[in-house]
Amino acid sequence: MSFTILGTGSALPAKTVTNDDMAKLVETSDEWIRTRTGIRERHVITDESVTEITFTAAQRALEMSGVSPQELDYIICPTVGGDWISPSLACMIQERLGATCPAVDVNAACSGFLYGLDYADGIFARKRAKYVLVAAAEGLSRLLNWKDRSTCVLFGDGAGAAVLGEGDSLRYLHLTAKGSLALHVPHAPGESPFETNEQPPHGLVMDGREIYRFAVSTITAELRRASEETGIPFEKVDHVLLHQANQRIMDAASKKLHLPPEKVPSSIARTANTSAASVPILLDQEARLGHLHRGDILMLCAFGAGLTSGTAVLEWTRD
Amino acid sequence: MANSETLARLEKIISEYKDDLEPGTLTPETTFESLDFDSLDIVDMMMACEDEFGVEIPEDAQLKTVQDLLNLIDKTEE
Ligand SMILES: CC(C)(COP(=O)(O)OP(=O)(O)OC[C@H]1O[C@@H](n2cnc3c(N)ncnc32)[C@H](O)[C@@H]1OP(=O)(O)O)[C@@H](O)C(=O)NCCC(=O)NCCS
Repeated sequence: MSFTILGTGSALPAKTVTNDDMAKLVETSDEWIRTRTGIRERHVITDESVTEITFTAAQRALEMSGVSPQELDYIICPTVGGDWISPSLACMIQERLGATCPAVDVNAACSGFLYGLDYADGIFARKRAKYVLVAAAEGLSRLLNWKDRSTCVLFGDGAGAAVLGEGDSLRYLHLTAKGSLALHVPHAPGESPFETNEQPPHGLVMDGREIYRFAVSTITAELRRASEETGIPFEKVDHVLLHQANQRIMDAASKKLHLPPEKVPSSIARTANTSAASVPILLDQEARLGHLHRGDILMLCAFGAGLTSGTAVLEWTRD
Repeated sequence: MANSETLARLEKIISEYKDDLEPGTLTPETTFESLDFDSLDIVDMMMACEDEFGVEIPEDAQLKTVQDLLNLIDKTEE
């Protein structure tokens, strides 16, 4: 026994920052950002908390699924960090929802939602749960180097959630990891009087070129593998939901796999890269637009810091 | 010396990225700038060449002309 997706929800902070706004902060232009990434704007946290946007996304997913918080058996929050190092974001969400089940965060950066689904799959397989909430969220705007134009234009904040119930929709799930600092976020410096290690400067650091190549080759190889292992050819796949990092990455991978653009939806123009939240935000967008139909086959693929990746094939079981 | 077969294979790869490339017009002197390639188009093409020719092109390779790419393909193919 595994799971099926009963409902989805998402939430973005209220403030939008356009590419023109970004050009007031660093030397960049709407033209550069749009043509290199497809991003037009991103949502960033002002006076909200990561907990609040995650709570809203979770509530929406619960509402769609008709499951009450008290019925949840587990809460998993994929994130690189909620509002606190401790307690976990998942515990804060459990409290806000009024749920009583165990709650834990999973950090696999942008692949977090897929790692979360894998943990959930294990929980269902052990028959420990009827309902699991996977609520991915990220407040990356807090972790960026806002003086580095090659990274600060790429990311945004947001949350995306799915309520899972017992079922057999999951056909395939494959995770990878390969330790590397090609994309990393240093820890906030501590105040230990004993530590002598040099403290790295604040903010996300990325080798864009290496990550770009990793992304395109990972999507291509992992989706091919998923298709082979499930025996489902790409023609029979209805929707390919890719991590929203860069439209150019999605276009390059789609071209290699001969996937028509209408099968590869995008939300990057308005969200930018929301890390772990990106796939469930896109999933919720597609569900609410009425693009997903009962029996549709979905392939999800995400990649990110770690370097990690996660790929899933599942059947949509809602009308 | 770049042979014409490699050039023809390269032209086929590039034409997949640029629909308006007239067959037979690619020369070793053609610059990627004149093809309207931006830095990510060049990365896409490098990856396509790695698949096509089974070579490894260094991440930091500076490619201005088709000849620069041919040199790298020839060098690693040997
Ligand atoms: C970030 C990315 C768009 C940069 O594209 P690129 O072609 O590799 O760009 P480069 O870093 O080589 O920079 C090209 C030029 O644009 C400039 N540039 C970089 N960011 C810029 C910006 N925001 N505005 C204007 N110019 C910019 C660079 O300084 C460089 O100028 P130079 O040639 O004069 O030195 C691309 O590498 C990418 O998308 N990588 C993957 C990132 C990603 O998805 N990360 C998250 C994964 S989870």
